[in-house]
Amino acid sequence: MTEAEGGSTTTIKARRSFGEQMREFPWWAVIIITFLIGAFIYMISDPSYRNALSFIAFPPTKTEIAFGIDVRNGLMMTLYTTVIAYLIALILGLVLGIMRVSRNPILYHLSTLYVELMRGVPMLVLIIWIGFVVVPFLRNATGNQSITGLQGALIGLGFGYAAYLAEVYRSGIESIPKGQMEAARSLGMGYGQAMQHVILPQAIRRVVPPLSNDLVAMLKDSALVSVVAVPEILQMARLYVSRTFRAFEGYNSAAFLYLVLTLLFIIIVRMIERRWRSSV
Amino acid sequence: MSEPIIRITDLYKYFGEVQALRGISLEVESGQVVVVIGPSGSGKSTLLRCINHLEKPTGGHVYVEGVDLEAKETNINKMRAEIGMVFQQFNLFPHLTALENITLAQRVVRKRPKEEREQVARQLLERVGIPEKADAYPGQLSGGQQQRVAIARALAMNPKIMLFDEPTSALDPEMIKEVLEVMIDLAKSGMTMVCVTHEMGFARAAAHRLIFMDQGQIVEDTTPEDLYDNPQQERTRLFLSKILH
Ligand SMILES: Nc1ncnc2c1ncn2[C@@H]1O[C@H](COP(=O)(O)OP(=O)(O)OP(=O)(O)O)[C@@H](O)[C@H]1O
Ligand SMILES: [Mg+2]
Repeated sequence: MTEAEGGSTTTIKARRSFGEQMREFPWWAVIIITFLIGAFIYMISDPSYRNALSFIAFPPTKTEIAFGIDVRNGLMMTLYTTVIAYLIALILGLVLGIMRVSRNPILYHLSTLYVELMRGVPMLVLIIWIGFVVVPFLRNATGNQSITGLQGALIGLGFGYAAYLAEVYRSGIESIPKGQMEAARSLGMGYGQAMQHVILPQAIRRVVPPLSNDLVAMLKDSALVSVVAVPEILQMARLYVSRTFRAFEGYNSAAFLYLVLTLLFIIIVRMIERRWRSSV
Repeated sequence: MSEPIIRITDLYKYFGEVQALRGISLEVESGQVVVVIGPSGSGKSTLLRCINHLEKPTGGHVYVEGVDLEAKETNINKMRAEIGMVFQQFNLFPHLTALENITLAQRVVRKRPKEEREQVARQLLERVGIPEKADAYPGQLSGGQQQRVAIARALAMNPKIMLFDEPTSALDPEMIKEVLEVMIDLAKSGMTMVCVTHEMGFARAAAHRLIFMDQGQIVEDTTPEDLYDNPQQERTRLFLSKILH
């Protein structure tokens, strides 16, 4: 930096009050990270916390908690549930969102029915209902015992979130000025072509921030699948507590792991958003 | 006489209570340049948008090259590909570069191979005077440059008709000229054009015909020279005295 530039930036900086500078500095992140590092150091130096953490993240025996489930590491299970359910929601939500703006009455009413129904039921109830009603019913009806609780949980979470994501997509599509569709149609493109090449690329760019916020929300809501015994972080913590009666260590460890994951996700999501913003 | 390229018969368009068009009949010959003027709300945009069926008429018919746009068996996408439209707000695709704006419909509608469509696009950018802007995004272009890209985008389909809806009224005065020059050039090349514009310089330089609309009807259908020198109707006179000063 040259002298002149340095000079001008310092004068600009000098005009900002100390309070303003403090306001802009991410103190909250410093506090959380300091706390997490402190907590981590404390935890690994304490044998009972060490036990709880390692039980959740690296369970000693793999077979006893298997519900026809391959992944048995609580941390990995949470990540796996989050990512798969999110992908389901991302794709199904897009389809539903497109149907929601369709002029075809059947598509419109079907998608609206779906969205209102799904949003009308608490996610927890939906997951329990699929886990304890739909999955057993399908097992009986098809005679296929390999339908797992995990699959049910992924469907519940993914299909439930799809309704919310559909509304995000819909509002994104509707935020694109009408002139875009008209310009595309005036060039001879069909509705679907205009949607695919003109409207959706713009709409999806606009909804990246809300969609990625929903990824973080999904990470937290993945704890709900513990009610159908999917061995993710919370379920592993519950198992640990039921076994050792150490609720303090067990649930503190779970909260700690969720916090770390959430922060990690937020950082990744912010990076993705920045990439998108600079590309538009 | 051969079939006019555009034939409009007894066209009506209502938006609920609003009667935007009230019995328009109009024939445009191939190669003719028609300028449409009229006060705000007189139905100029609606008329233009009925010609490529962006608005569905309430009554009456629009025939393009003898094909009834209202007929069920008409493939409207195919018809629209032959009718270019330039909008007041440009409506460029902001997520695509100038070149991609011009090649998109060539790819998905005309199914032209990559080399051909890029060659067409570059030639058109040359023609509208901004060959160096091929890789710029609309957001990086001035209004006048955006509108010229929009004209190039429409021309890339090799349309038989070009519709312009107040193409210069969103532009700063210094950019109007560059767009009008492109339009005059296009008119001279024999393109059939229907232009809603109050740029009387363009009308004088290029228009064969001038139509004055008011309250959803064609009030006067004449030549630019005659309209100024000798308007037939009192409301035309009033309107002209407003836009000419
Ligand atoms: N989509 C619409 N819904 C309701 N009314 C409309 C719609 N489009 C146009 N109108 C009405 O139809 C009438 C004619 O509108 P139009 O846009 O064709 O006028 P115009 O001559 O192009 O005016 P301007 O010079 O302001 O562009 C106006 O009264 C307008 O309010
Ligand atoms: Mg108008």
